[in-house]
Amino acid sequence: MNPHDLANEATTLAARAQELAQHAEAYAAAGIPAHAGAPFILLLTIFVLACFVGYYVVWNVTPALHSPLMAVTNAISSVIIVGAMLAAGLAATGAGMSFGFLAVLLASVNIFGGFVVTQRMLQMFRKKTK
Amino acid sequence: MPESLTSAAYLAAAVLFILALRGLSHPDSSRRGNLFGMVGMAIAILATLSHAGMSFAGYGLIVLGLAIGGSIGVFVALRIQMTALPQLVAAFHSLVGMAAVFVAASALNAPQAFGIGEPGAIHLESLIEMSIGLAIGAITFSGSVIAFAKLQALMRGAPITFPFQHQINLAIAVAIVLLIVAFVATGGLQPLFWVIAALAFLLGFLLIIPIGGADMPVIVSMLNSYSGWAASGIGFTIQNLALIITGALVGSSGAILSYIMCKGMNRSIINVLLGGFGTDTSAAGAGGPGVGDRTVKSGAAEDAAFILKNASKVIVVPGYGMAVAQAQHALREMADTLKAEGVEVKYAIHPVAGRMPGHMNVLLAEANVPYDEVFELEQINNEFSTADVAYVIGANDVTNPAAKTDPTSPIYGMPILEVDKAKTVLFVKRSMASGYAGVENELFFRPNTMMLFGDAKKMTEEIVQALGH
Repeated sequence: MNPHDLANEATTLAARAQELAQHAEAYAAAGIPAHAGAPFILLLTIFVLACFVGYYVVWNVTPALHSPLMAVTNAISSVIIVGAMLAAGLAATGAGMSFGFLAVLLASVNIFGGFVVTQRMLQMFRKKTK
Repeated sequence: MPESLTSAAYLAAAVLFILALRGLSHPDSSRRGNLFGMVGMAIAILATLSHAGMSFAGYGLIVLGLAIGGSIGVFVALRIQMTALPQLVAAFHSLVGMAAVFVAASALNAPQAFGIGEPGAIHLESLIEMSIGLAIGAITFSGSVIAFAKLQALMRGAPITFPFQHQINLAIAVAIVLLIVAFVATGGLQPLFWVIAALAFLLGFLLIIPIGGADMPVIVSMLNSYSGWAASGIGFTIQNLALIITGALVGSSGAILSYIMCKGMNRSIINVLLGGFGTDTSAAGAGGPGVGDRTVKSGAAEDAAFILKNASKVIVVPGYGMAVAQAQHALREMADTLKAEGVEVKYAIHPVAGRMPGHMNVLLAEANVPYDEVFELEQINNEFSTADVAYVIGANDVTNPAAKTDPTSPIYGMPILEVDKAKTVLFVKRSMASGYAGVENELFFRPNTMMLFGDAKKMTEEIVQALGH
Protein backbone atom coordinates (compact mmCIF):
# COMPACT_ATOMS: atom_id res chain seq x y z
CA MET A 1 0.00 0.00 0.00
CA ASN A 2 1.51 3.33 -0.98
CA PRO A 3 1.47 6.36 1.30
CA HIS A 4 -1.06 8.11 -0.92
CA ASP A 5 -3.70 5.37 -0.52
CA LEU A 6 -3.01 5.27 3.16
CA ALA A 7 -3.59 9.00 3.47
CA ASN A 8 -6.83 8.72 1.50
CA GLU A 9 -8.12 5.94 3.73
CA ALA A 10 -7.24 7.93 6.83
CA THR A 11 -9.18 10.92 5.53
CA THR A 12 -12.25 8.75 4.83
CA LEU A 13 -12.08 7.27 8.30
CA ALA A 14 -11.74 10.68 9.89
CA ALA A 15 -14.79 11.90 7.99
CA ARG A 16 -16.73 8.86 9.14
CA ALA A 17 -15.68 9.41 12.74
CA GLN A 18 -16.81 12.99 12.60
CA GLU A 19 -20.14 11.90 11.18
CA LEU A 20 -20.61 9.43 14.01
CA ALA A 21 -19.69 12.04 16.59
CA GLN A 22 -22.34 14.33 15.17
CA HIS A 23 -24.89 11.54 15.44
CA ALA A 24 -23.97 10.97 19.07
CA GLU A 25 -24.34 14.67 19.78
CA ALA A 26 -27.74 14.65 18.13
CA TYR A 27 -28.84 11.71 20.27
CA ALA A 28 -27.66 13.44 23.42
CA ALA A 29 -29.52 16.60 22.49
CA ALA A 30 -32.67 14.59 21.76
CA GLY A 31 -33.26 14.31 25.47
CA ILE A 32 -31.62 11.26 26.87
CA PRO A 33 -31.19 12.40 30.47
CA ALA A 34 -27.76 13.47 31.57
CA HIS A 35 -27.98 11.53 34.83
CA ALA A 36 -28.70 8.05 33.60
CA GLY A 37 -27.78 6.64 37.03
CA ALA A 38 -31.25 5.57 38.09
CA PRO A 39 -33.83 5.99 35.35
CA PHE A 40 -37.35 6.57 36.58
CA ILE A 41 -38.63 3.32 35.09
CA LEU A 42 -36.12 1.34 37.14
CA LEU A 43 -37.21 3.03 40.37
CA LEU A 44 -40.84 2.51 39.40
CA THR A 45 -40.21 -1.19 38.79
CA ILE A 46 -38.71 -1.54 42.24
CA PHE A 47 -41.59 0.41 43.77
CA VAL A 48 -44.27 -1.72 42.13
CA LEU A 49 -42.54 -4.97 43.06
CA ALA A 50 -42.16 -3.75 46.65
CA CYS A 51 -45.92 -3.03 46.75
CA PHE A 52 -46.55 -6.65 45.81
CA VAL A 53 -44.12 -7.91 48.45
CA GLY A 54 -45.88 -5.70 51.00
CA TYR A 55 -49.27 -7.00 49.90
CA TYR A 56 -48.38 -10.66 50.39
CA VAL A 57 -46.39 -10.18 53.57
CA VAL A 58 -49.05 -8.07 55.27
CA TRP A 59 -51.91 -10.45 54.45
CA ASN A 60 -49.92 -13.03 56.40
CA VAL A 61 -49.87 -10.89 59.53
CA THR A 62 -52.17 -12.33 62.18
CA PRO A 63 -55.04 -9.92 63.02
CA ALA A 64 -54.09 -10.11 66.69
CA LEU A 65 -50.89 -8.24 65.85
CA HIS A 66 -52.40 -5.47 63.75
CA SER A 67 -51.58 -2.83 66.35
CA PRO A 68 -47.88 -3.77 66.52
CA LEU A 69 -47.95 -3.88 62.70
CA MET A 70 -49.03 -0.24 62.59
CA ALA A 71 -46.44 0.77 65.15
CA VAL A 72 -43.59 -1.03 63.38
CA THR A 73 -44.55 0.20 59.89
CA ASN A 74 -44.51 3.63 61.42
CA ALA A 75 -41.02 3.10 62.71
CA ILE A 76 -39.65 1.75 59.44
CA SER A 77 -41.29 4.42 57.29
CA SER A 78 -39.09 6.81 59.26
CA VAL A 79 -36.20 5.50 57.15
CA ILE A 80 -36.98 8.85 55.55
CA ILE A 81 -34.29 9.91 58.02
CA VAL A 82 -31.81 8.86 55.32
CA GLY A 83 -32.92 11.79 53.18
CA ALA A 84 -32.95 14.07 56.19
CA MET A 85 -29.37 13.12 57.11
CA LEU A 86 -28.10 13.70 53.58
CA ALA A 87 -29.71 17.14 53.62
CA ALA A 88 -28.25 18.01 57.00
CA GLY A 89 -24.81 16.70 56.10
CA LEU A 90 -24.37 17.70 52.47
CA ALA A 91 -26.49 20.80 51.99
CA ALA A 92 -24.54 23.90 51.07
CA THR A 93 -27.23 26.33 52.19
CA GLY A 94 -28.41 27.13 55.68
CA ALA A 95 -32.03 26.52 54.70
CA GLY A 96 -31.25 23.06 53.32
CA MET A 97 -29.34 22.13 56.47
CA SER A 98 -32.04 23.44 58.82
CA PHE A 99 -34.83 21.56 57.08
CA GLY A 100 -32.62 18.47 57.15
CA PHE A 101 -32.01 18.87 60.86
CA LEU A 102 -35.73 19.28 61.64
CA ALA A 103 -36.52 16.18 59.60
CA VAL A 104 -33.79 14.19 61.39
CA LEU A 105 -35.31 15.26 64.70
CA LEU A 106 -38.88 14.24 63.82
CA ALA A 107 -37.87 10.99 62.17
CA SER A 108 -35.76 9.93 65.15
CA VAL A 109 -38.70 10.45 67.52
CA ASN A 110 -40.55 7.99 65.31
CA ILE A 111 -37.76 5.49 64.89
CA PHE A 112 -36.94 5.15 68.57
CA GLY A 113 -40.51 5.60 69.78
CA GLY A 114 -41.94 3.25 67.17
CA PHE A 115 -39.56 0.36 67.79
CA VAL A 116 -39.75 0.71 71.58
CA VAL A 117 -43.54 0.79 71.71
CA THR A 118 -43.71 -2.17 69.30
CA GLN A 119 -41.33 -4.13 71.49
CA ARG A 120 -43.42 -3.25 74.56
CA MET A 121 -46.54 -4.55 72.85
CA LEU A 122 -44.93 -7.72 71.56
CA GLN A 123 -43.48 -8.54 74.99
CA MET A 124 -47.04 -8.79 76.29
CA PHE A 125 -48.22 -11.42 73.82
CA ARG A 126 -47.62 -14.62 75.74
CA LYS A 127 -49.02 -18.13 75.58
CA LYS A 128 -50.82 -19.87 78.42
CA THR A 129 -48.35 -20.48 81.24
CA LYS A 130 -49.13 -23.84 82.68
CA MET B 1 -17.87 4.04 51.64
CA PRO B 2 -18.08 3.42 47.87
CA GLU B 3 -21.49 4.02 46.38
CA SER B 4 -22.11 0.38 45.49
CA LEU B 5 -21.53 -0.63 49.10
CA THR B 6 -23.94 2.05 50.33
CA SER B 7 -26.56 0.77 47.91
CA ALA B 8 -26.01 -2.77 49.16
CA ALA B 9 -26.50 -1.54 52.72
CA TYR B 10 -29.80 0.08 51.77
CA LEU B 11 -30.88 -3.13 50.10
CA ALA B 12 -30.01 -5.09 53.24
CA ALA B 13 -32.06 -2.64 55.31
CA ALA B 14 -35.05 -3.07 53.00
CA VAL B 15 -34.82 -6.87 53.22
CA LEU B 16 -34.63 -6.68 57.02
CA PHE B 17 -37.75 -4.50 57.05
CA ILE B 18 -39.59 -7.11 55.00
CA LEU B 19 -38.48 -9.75 57.50
CA ALA B 20 -39.72 -7.52 60.34
CA LEU B 21 -43.21 -7.53 58.83
CA ARG B 22 -42.92 -11.24 58.07
CA GLY B 23 -42.22 -11.92 61.75
CA LEU B 24 -45.62 -10.53 62.69
CA SER B 25 -47.35 -13.56 61.19
CA HIS B 26 -47.11 -15.16 64.63
CA PRO B 27 -46.59 -13.76 68.14
CA ASP B 28 -43.66 -16.13 68.73
CA SER B 29 -41.67 -14.87 65.77
CA SER B 30 -42.76 -11.26 66.17
CA ARG B 31 -40.14 -10.18 68.70
CA ARG B 32 -37.33 -11.43 66.49
CA GLY B 33 -39.00 -9.62 63.59
CA ASN B 34 -38.92 -6.34 65.49
CA LEU B 35 -35.23 -6.90 66.14
CA PHE B 36 -34.67 -7.32 62.38
CA GLY B 37 -36.42 -3.99 61.89
CA MET B 38 -34.12 -2.26 64.36
CA VAL B 39 -31.00 -3.76 62.78
CA GLY B 40 -32.24 -2.71 59.34
CA MET B 41 -32.73 0.86 60.53
CA ALA B 42 -29.29 0.92 62.16
CA ILE B 43 -27.69 -0.28 58.90
CA ALA B 44 -29.52 2.38 56.88
CA ILE B 45 -28.44 5.12 59.30
CA LEU B 46 -24.80 3.96 59.45
CA ALA B 47 -24.58 3.66 55.67
CA THR B 48 -25.83 7.21 55.32
CA LEU B 49 -23.40 8.49 57.96
CA SER B 50 -20.51 7.06 55.97
CA HIS B 51 -21.56 8.99 52.88
CA ALA B 52 -18.64 10.86 51.35
CA GLY B 53 -18.45 14.61 51.72
CA MET B 54 -20.51 15.05 54.87
CA SER B 55 -19.64 18.31 56.56
CA PHE B 56 -18.48 18.44 60.17
CA ALA B 57 -21.37 20.72 61.09
CA GLY B 58 -23.69 18.28 59.35
CA TYR B 59 -22.51 15.42 61.56
CA GLY B 60 -23.12 17.63 64.58
CA LEU B 61 -26.69 18.38 63.47
CA ILE B 62 -27.41 14.72 62.74
CA VAL B 63 -26.13 13.50 66.10
CA LEU B 64 -27.99 16.28 67.88
CA GLY B 65 -31.23 15.46 66.04
CA LEU B 66 -30.87 11.75 66.74
CA ALA B 67 -30.14 12.39 70.41
CA ILE B 68 -33.02 14.80 71.05
CA GLY B 69 -35.55 12.98 68.87
CA GLY B 70 -34.47 9.56 70.12
CA SER B 71 -34.80 10.57 73.77
CA ILE B 72 -38.24 12.02 73.23
CA GLY B 73 -39.32 8.90 71.33
CA VAL B 74 -38.05 6.46 73.93
CA PHE B 75 -39.48 8.51 76.79
CA VAL B 76 -42.94 8.69 75.23
CA ALA B 77 -42.95 5.05 74.13
CA LEU B 78 -42.06 3.83 77.61
CA ARG B 79 -44.56 6.05 79.38
CA ILE B 80 -47.61 5.67 77.15
CA GLN B 81 -50.64 3.81 78.48
CA MET B 82 -51.69 0.97 76.20
CA THR B 83 -55.22 2.40 76.05
CA ALA B 84 -53.72 5.57 74.54
CA LEU B 85 -52.02 3.62 71.75
CA PRO B 86 -54.29 4.82 68.91
CA GLN B 87 -53.50 8.49 69.56
CA LEU B 88 -49.80 7.71 69.90
CA VAL B 89 -49.78 6.02 66.51
CA ALA B 90 -51.70 8.95 65.02
CA ALA B 91 -49.12 11.34 66.47
CA PHE B 92 -46.29 9.27 65.03
CA HIS B 93 -47.92 9.32 61.60
CA SER B 94 -48.05 13.08 61.73
CA LEU B 95 -44.30 13.17 62.37
CA VAL B 96 -43.56 11.04 59.29
CA GLY B 97 -45.74 13.40 57.26
CA MET B 98 -43.95 16.48 58.57
CA ALA B 99 -40.53 14.88 58.07
CA ALA B 100 -41.49 14.28 54.43
CA VAL B 101 -42.40 17.96 54.08
CA PHE B 102 -39.05 19.00 55.55
CA VAL B 103 -37.02 16.63 53.36
CA ALA B 104 -38.89 17.92 50.30
CA ALA B 105 -38.09 21.47 51.39
CA SER B 106 -34.42 20.65 51.85
CA ALA B 107 -34.32 18.93 48.46
CA LEU B 108 -35.70 22.13 46.92
CA ASN B 109 -33.15 24.30 48.75
CA ALA B 110 -30.13 22.02 48.41
CA PRO B 111 -30.68 19.73 45.42
CA GLN B 112 -26.91 19.11 45.08
CA ALA B 113 -27.03 17.11 48.33
CA PHE B 114 -29.11 14.50 46.51
CA GLY B 115 -27.55 14.89 43.07
CA ILE B 116 -30.80 16.04 41.50
CA GLY B 117 -29.58 19.32 40.01
CA GLU B 118 -28.67 22.83 41.10
CA PRO B 119 -30.87 25.34 42.94
CA GLY B 120 -33.18 26.80 40.35
CA ALA B 121 -32.25 24.05 37.89
CA ILE B 122 -33.64 20.90 39.46
CA HIS B 123 -34.42 18.01 37.14
CA LEU B 124 -38.01 18.08 35.95
CA GLU B 125 -38.70 14.54 37.12
CA SER B 126 -37.41 15.31 40.62
CA LEU B 127 -39.62 18.40 40.85
CA ILE B 128 -42.71 16.33 40.05
CA GLU B 129 -41.81 13.67 42.59
CA MET B 130 -40.88 16.30 45.17
CA SER B 131 -44.21 18.08 44.96
CA ILE B 132 -46.17 14.83 45.15
CA GLY B 133 -44.16 13.74 48.21
CA LEU B 134 -44.74 17.18 49.71
CA ALA B 135 -48.51 17.11 49.16
CA ILE B 136 -49.00 13.60 50.56
CA GLY B 137 -46.70 14.37 53.49
CA ALA B 138 -48.59 17.54 54.36
CA ILE B 139 -51.99 15.81 54.13
CA THR B 140 -50.66 13.01 56.35
CA PHE B 141 -49.44 15.55 58.88
CA SER B 142 -52.56 17.64 59.35
CA GLY B 143 -54.92 14.65 58.97
CA SER B 144 -53.04 12.78 61.67
CA VAL B 145 -53.07 15.81 63.94
CA ILE B 146 -56.87 15.90 63.71
CA ALA B 147 -57.11 12.13 64.23
CA PHE B 148 -54.87 12.55 67.28
CA ALA B 149 -57.01 15.39 68.64
CA LYS B 150 -60.17 13.33 68.23
CA LEU B 151 -58.68 10.21 69.82
CA GLN B 152 -57.15 12.18 72.69
CA ALA B 153 -60.55 13.90 73.17
CA LEU B 154 -58.94 17.30 72.59
CA MET B 155 -61.79 17.83 70.16
CA ARG B 156 -65.19 16.21 70.04
CA GLY B 157 -65.25 12.82 68.35
CA ALA B 158 -68.50 13.73 66.61
CA PRO B 159 -68.36 14.38 62.87
CA ILE B 160 -68.09 18.06 61.97
CA THR B 161 -70.04 18.72 58.80
CA PHE B 162 -70.91 21.86 56.88
CA PRO B 163 -72.54 22.62 53.53
CA PHE B 164 -70.54 21.99 50.35
CA GLN B 165 -67.88 20.20 52.38
CA HIS B 166 -67.00 17.70 49.67
CA GLN B 167 -67.12 20.29 46.90
CA ILE B 168 -64.70 22.47 48.86
CA ASN B 169 -62.35 19.53 49.42
CA LEU B 170 -62.50 18.65 45.75
CA ALA B 171 -61.76 22.27 44.78
CA ILE B 172 -58.72 22.31 47.07
CA ALA B 173 -57.49 19.02 45.60
CA VAL B 174 -57.83 20.39 42.07
CA ALA B 175 -56.02 23.58 43.13
CA ILE B 176 -53.16 21.51 44.54
CA VAL B 177 -52.80 19.59 41.26
CA LEU B 178 -52.80 22.84 39.24
CA LEU B 179 -50.23 24.41 41.56
CA ILE B 180 -48.01 21.34 41.21
CA VAL B 181 -48.15 21.79 37.43
CA ALA B 182 -47.25 25.47 37.85
CA PHE B 183 -44.48 24.61 40.33
CA VAL B 184 -42.92 22.14 37.92
CA ALA B 185 -43.38 24.42 34.90
CA THR B 186 -41.64 27.32 36.66
CA GLY B 187 -38.70 25.12 37.59
CA GLY B 188 -39.51 25.01 41.29
CA LEU B 189 -40.52 28.44 42.58
CA GLN B 190 -40.07 28.61 46.35
CA PRO B 191 -43.37 30.46 47.13
CA LEU B 192 -45.40 27.96 45.09
CA PHE B 193 -43.87 25.16 47.13
CA TRP B 194 -45.20 26.66 50.34
CA VAL B 195 -48.62 27.42 48.87
CA ILE B 196 -48.91 23.75 47.89
CA ALA B 197 -47.86 22.80 51.43
CA ALA B 198 -50.43 25.15 52.99
CA LEU B 199 -53.27 23.89 50.80
CA ALA B 200 -52.33 20.28 51.48
CA PHE B 201 -52.32 20.97 55.23
CA LEU B 202 -55.78 22.48 54.88
CA LEU B 203 -57.02 19.52 52.85
CA GLY B 204 -55.74 16.98 55.41
CA PHE B 205 -57.52 18.92 58.14
CA LEU B 206 -60.80 19.16 56.22
CA LEU B 207 -60.72 15.51 55.16
CA ILE B 208 -60.62 14.17 58.73
CA ILE B 209 -62.92 16.54 60.65
CA PRO B 210 -66.17 15.04 59.28
CA ILE B 211 -65.18 11.56 60.42
CA GLY B 212 -66.58 10.24 63.68
CA GLY B 213 -64.69 8.59 66.53
CA ALA B 214 -65.60 4.99 65.82
CA ASP B 215 -64.46 5.26 62.20
CA MET B 216 -60.99 6.03 63.49
CA PRO B 217 -59.66 2.49 62.90
CA VAL B 218 -60.12 3.08 59.18
CA ILE B 219 -58.67 6.58 59.32
CA VAL B 220 -55.63 5.62 61.38
CA SER B 221 -54.95 2.79 58.90
CA MET B 222 -55.41 5.12 55.97
CA LEU B 223 -53.03 7.70 57.38
CA ASN B 224 -50.57 4.86 58.01
CA SER B 225 -50.83 4.11 54.33
CA TYR B 226 -50.38 7.78 53.37
CA SER B 227 -47.25 8.07 55.49
CA GLY B 228 -45.82 5.19 53.45
CA TRP B 229 -46.72 6.79 50.12
CA ALA B 230 -45.20 10.07 51.29
CA ALA B 231 -41.96 8.23 52.15
CA SER B 232 -41.97 6.59 48.72
CA GLY B 233 -42.55 9.94 47.01
CA ILE B 234 -39.53 11.37 48.79
CA GLY B 235 -37.61 8.19 47.90
CA PHE B 236 -38.29 8.84 44.21
CA THR B 237 -37.25 12.48 44.62
CA ILE B 238 -33.88 11.71 46.14
CA GLN B 239 -33.51 8.39 44.27
CA ASN B 240 -33.08 6.28 47.38
CA LEU B 241 -34.03 2.63 47.10
CA ALA B 242 -34.43 1.95 50.84
CA LEU B 243 -36.98 4.73 51.02
CA ILE B 244 -38.89 3.65 47.92
CA ILE B 245 -39.14 0.03 49.02
CA THR B 246 -40.03 0.80 52.63
CA GLY B 247 -42.59 3.38 51.59
CA ALA B 248 -44.23 0.82 49.30
CA LEU B 249 -44.33 -1.76 52.11
CA VAL B 250 -45.88 0.67 54.57
CA GLY B 251 -48.26 2.07 51.99
CA SER B 252 -49.63 -1.32 51.05
CA SER B 253 -49.76 -2.39 54.70
CA GLY B 254 -51.91 0.60 55.63
CA ALA B 255 -54.10 0.07 52.59
CA ILE B 256 -54.74 -3.56 53.52
CA LEU B 257 -55.59 -2.60 57.10
CA SER B 258 -58.01 0.06 55.84
CA TYR B 259 -59.63 -2.55 53.62
CA ILE B 260 -59.96 -5.05 56.50
CA MET B 261 -61.48 -2.36 58.73
CA CYS B 262 -63.97 -1.30 56.05
CA LYS B 263 -64.97 -4.90 55.47
CA GLY B 264 -65.44 -5.27 59.23
CA MET B 265 -68.10 -2.57 58.99
CA ASN B 266 -69.43 -3.52 55.56
CA ARG B 267 -68.76 -0.01 54.34
CA SER B 268 -66.71 1.27 51.44
CA ILE B 269 -63.68 3.46 52.01
CA ILE B 270 -65.48 6.21 50.08
CA ASN B 271 -68.42 5.97 52.45
CA VAL B 272 -66.09 6.32 55.44
CA LEU B 273 -64.17 9.20 53.88
CA LEU B 274 -67.32 11.12 53.07
CA GLY B 275 -67.80 11.12 56.82
CA GLY B 276 -70.73 12.27 58.87
CA PHE B 277 -71.59 8.71 59.83
CA GLY B 278 -73.15 8.07 63.21
CA THR B 279 -73.75 10.36 66.10
CA ASP B 280 -71.76 10.87 69.24
CA THR B 281 -72.84 8.35 71.86
CA SER B 282 -73.23 11.06 74.47
CA ALA B 283 -75.54 12.98 72.16
CA ALA B 284 -77.63 9.96 71.18
CA GLY B 285 -80.92 9.30 72.95
CA ALA B 286 -79.60 8.35 76.35
CA GLY B 287 -82.81 7.16 77.90
CA GLY B 288 -82.67 5.18 81.11
CA PRO B 289 -83.62 1.52 81.42
CA GLY B 290 -86.86 0.70 79.71
CA VAL B 291 -86.70 2.94 76.66
CA GLY B 292 -90.16 3.46 75.23
CA ASP B 293 -92.74 0.96 76.37
CA ARG B 294 -90.38 -1.99 76.25
CA THR B 295 -88.75 -3.31 79.35
CA VAL B 296 -85.29 -4.63 79.88
CA LYS B 297 -84.12 -6.98 82.56
CA SER B 298 -81.34 -5.45 84.56
CA GLY B 299 -79.33 -7.23 87.18
CA ALA B 300 -76.74 -6.67 89.86
CA ALA B 301 -73.22 -8.02 90.08
CA GLU B 302 -74.38 -10.88 92.35
CA ASP B 303 -76.88 -12.08 89.74
CA ALA B 304 -74.22 -12.00 87.05
CA ALA B 305 -71.76 -13.84 89.29
CA PHE B 306 -74.34 -16.55 89.94
CA ILE B 307 -74.99 -17.03 86.21
CA LEU B 308 -71.30 -17.03 85.36
CA LYS B 309 -70.39 -19.49 88.10
CA ASN B 310 -72.97 -21.98 86.87
CA ALA B 311 -71.89 -21.75 83.26
CA SER B 312 -69.53 -24.23 81.67
CA LYS B 313 -68.47 -21.96 78.80
CA VAL B 314 -68.21 -18.17 78.78
CA ILE B 315 -67.25 -16.01 75.79
CA VAL B 316 -66.13 -12.47 76.57
CA VAL B 317 -66.79 -9.79 73.93
CA PRO B 318 -64.75 -6.66 74.66
CA GLY B 319 -65.29 -3.30 72.95
CA TYR B 320 -64.09 0.27 73.13
CA GLY B 321 -65.96 0.72 76.42
CA MET B 322 -63.56 -1.75 78.04
CA ALA B 323 -60.62 0.39 76.91
CA VAL B 324 -62.21 3.60 78.17
CA ALA B 325 -62.92 2.07 81.58
CA GLN B 326 -59.48 0.33 81.68
CA ALA B 327 -61.38 -2.82 82.60
CA GLN B 328 -58.99 -5.34 81.02
CA HIS B 329 -57.21 -6.24 84.27
CA ALA B 330 -60.46 -6.73 86.20
CA LEU B 331 -61.70 -8.80 83.27
CA ARG B 332 -58.70 -11.12 83.38
CA GLU B 333 -59.17 -11.49 87.14
CA MET B 334 -62.78 -12.49 86.55
CA ALA B 335 -61.69 -15.01 83.94
CA ASP B 336 -59.07 -16.45 86.31
CA THR B 337 -61.65 -16.88 89.06
CA LEU B 338 -64.04 -18.56 86.65
CA LYS B 339 -61.34 -20.84 85.28
CA ALA B 340 -60.50 -21.88 88.83
CA GLU B 341 -64.15 -22.94 89.11
CA GLY B 342 -63.76 -25.06 85.98
CA VAL B 343 -65.46 -22.68 83.57
CA GLU B 344 -64.06 -22.44 80.04
CA VAL B 345 -63.35 -18.80 79.12
CA LYS B 346 -62.64 -17.45 75.63
CA TYR B 347 -62.46 -13.99 74.13
CA ALA B 348 -64.04 -12.91 70.84
CA ILE B 349 -62.66 -9.88 69.00
CA HIS B 350 -64.53 -8.04 66.29
CA PRO B 351 -62.23 -6.57 63.60
CA VAL B 352 -63.32 -2.99 64.30
CA ALA B 353 -63.52 -3.22 68.09
CA GLY B 354 -61.64 -0.30 69.64
CA ARG B 355 -60.05 2.65 67.94
CA MET B 356 -57.31 1.00 65.90
CA PRO B 357 -56.78 -2.42 64.30
CA GLY B 358 -55.87 -4.99 66.94
CA HIS B 359 -56.50 -2.55 69.81
CA MET B 360 -58.39 -5.10 71.95
CA ASN B 361 -55.74 -7.79 71.47
CA VAL B 362 -53.06 -5.49 72.84
CA LEU B 363 -55.14 -4.51 75.87
CA LEU B 364 -55.94 -8.14 76.69
CA ALA B 365 -52.29 -9.07 76.25
CA GLU B 366 -51.39 -6.22 78.58
CA ALA B 367 -53.64 -7.78 81.22
CA ASN B 368 -51.79 -11.10 80.72
CA VAL B 369 -54.58 -12.82 78.85
CA PRO B 370 -52.81 -15.60 76.90
CA TYR B 371 -53.16 -14.96 73.16
CA ASP B 372 -54.36 -18.51 72.53
CA GLU B 373 -57.58 -17.72 74.44
CA VAL B 374 -58.33 -14.77 72.13
CA PHE B 375 -60.13 -15.43 68.84
CA GLU B 376 -61.10 -13.52 65.73
CA LEU B 377 -64.69 -13.27 64.55
CA GLU B 378 -64.53 -16.05 61.94
CA GLN B 379 -62.78 -18.42 64.31
CA ILE B 380 -65.26 -18.17 67.15
CA ASN B 381 -68.61 -17.09 65.75
CA ASN B 382 -70.08 -20.59 65.54
CA GLU B 383 -69.10 -21.28 69.14
CA PHE B 384 -71.63 -18.86 70.61
CA SER B 385 -74.38 -21.46 70.18
CA THR B 386 -72.49 -23.76 72.54
CA ALA B 387 -71.72 -21.02 75.06
CA ASP B 388 -73.73 -20.57 78.23
CA VAL B 389 -72.85 -16.92 78.67
CA ALA B 390 -71.72 -14.14 76.38
CA TYR B 391 -70.19 -11.40 78.51
CA VAL B 392 -70.34 -8.24 76.40
CA ILE B 393 -68.24 -5.50 77.93
CA GLY B 394 -68.21 -2.09 76.29
CA ALA B 395 -69.32 -3.34 72.87
CA ASN B 396 -72.68 -2.73 71.25
CA ASP B 397 -73.07 -2.31 67.49
CA VAL B 398 -70.81 -5.29 66.72
CA THR B 399 -73.35 -7.58 68.44
CA ASN B 400 -76.50 -6.06 66.99
CA PRO B 401 -78.59 -8.67 65.14
CA ALA B 402 -80.19 -5.87 63.13
CA ALA B 403 -77.05 -6.05 60.98
CA LYS B 404 -78.35 -9.38 59.73
CA THR B 405 -82.11 -8.95 59.87
CA ASP B 406 -82.97 -5.32 59.15
CA PRO B 407 -82.09 -4.12 55.63
CA THR B 408 -83.03 -0.55 56.58
CA SER B 409 -80.50 -0.39 59.41
CA PRO B 410 -77.37 1.71 58.81
CA ILE B 411 -75.29 -1.23 59.96
CA TYR B 412 -77.04 -3.79 57.74
CA GLY B 413 -74.56 -6.26 56.27
CA MET B 414 -71.88 -5.65 58.87
CA PRO B 415 -70.48 -8.94 60.15
CA ILE B 416 -71.45 -9.32 63.81
CA LEU B 417 -70.48 -11.50 66.72
CA GLU B 418 -73.52 -13.73 67.18
CA VAL B 419 -73.82 -13.32 70.93
CA ASP B 420 -77.60 -13.75 70.65
CA LYS B 421 -76.99 -17.48 70.12
CA ALA B 422 -75.56 -17.88 73.63
CA LYS B 423 -77.96 -19.08 76.35
CA THR B 424 -77.56 -15.89 78.33
CA VAL B 425 -76.18 -12.53 77.27
CA LEU B 426 -74.73 -10.24 79.92
CA PHE B 427 -74.35 -6.65 78.72
CA VAL B 428 -72.11 -4.38 80.76
CA LYS B 429 -73.09 -0.85 79.79
CA ARG B 430 -73.29 2.54 81.38
CA SER B 431 -76.76 3.34 80.07
CA MET B 432 -79.27 2.37 77.40
CA ALA B 433 -77.64 4.79 74.98
CA SER B 434 -77.33 3.42 71.50
CA GLY B 435 -73.94 2.74 70.00
CA TYR B 436 -71.90 4.73 67.52
CA ALA B 437 -74.18 3.97 64.61
CA GLY B 438 -77.12 5.41 66.55
CA VAL B 439 -79.04 2.18 66.17
CA GLU B 440 -81.01 0.64 69.01
CA ASN B 441 -79.90 -2.87 69.87
CA GLU B 442 -82.94 -5.11 70.20
CA LEU B 443 -80.83 -7.66 72.04
CA PHE B 444 -81.28 -5.52 75.15
CA PHE B 445 -84.97 -6.38 75.23
CA ARG B 446 -84.65 -10.13 74.80
CA PRO B 447 -85.70 -12.34 77.71
CA ASN B 448 -82.32 -14.07 77.87
CA THR B 449 -80.42 -10.79 78.11
CA MET B 450 -79.46 -9.24 81.40
CA MET B 451 -78.20 -5.66 81.45
CA LEU B 452 -75.53 -4.82 84.00
CA PHE B 453 -75.63 -1.04 84.27
CA GLY B 454 -72.47 0.60 85.46
CA ASP B 455 -68.85 1.33 84.72
CA ALA B 456 -67.24 -1.64 82.98
CA LYS B 457 -64.34 -1.86 85.40
CA LYS B 458 -66.37 -1.34 88.56
CA MET B 459 -69.02 -3.84 87.50
CA THR B 460 -66.45 -6.48 86.64
CA GLU B 461 -64.66 -5.96 89.95
CA GLU B 462 -67.94 -6.37 91.80
CA ILE B 463 -68.57 -9.61 89.95
CA VAL B 464 -65.10 -10.86 90.92
CA GLN B 465 -65.95 -10.08 94.55
CA ALA B 466 -69.31 -11.77 94.32
CA LEU B 467 -67.68 -14.83 92.76
CA GLY B 468 -65.43 -15.10 95.80
CA HIS B 469 -68.36 -15.67 98.15
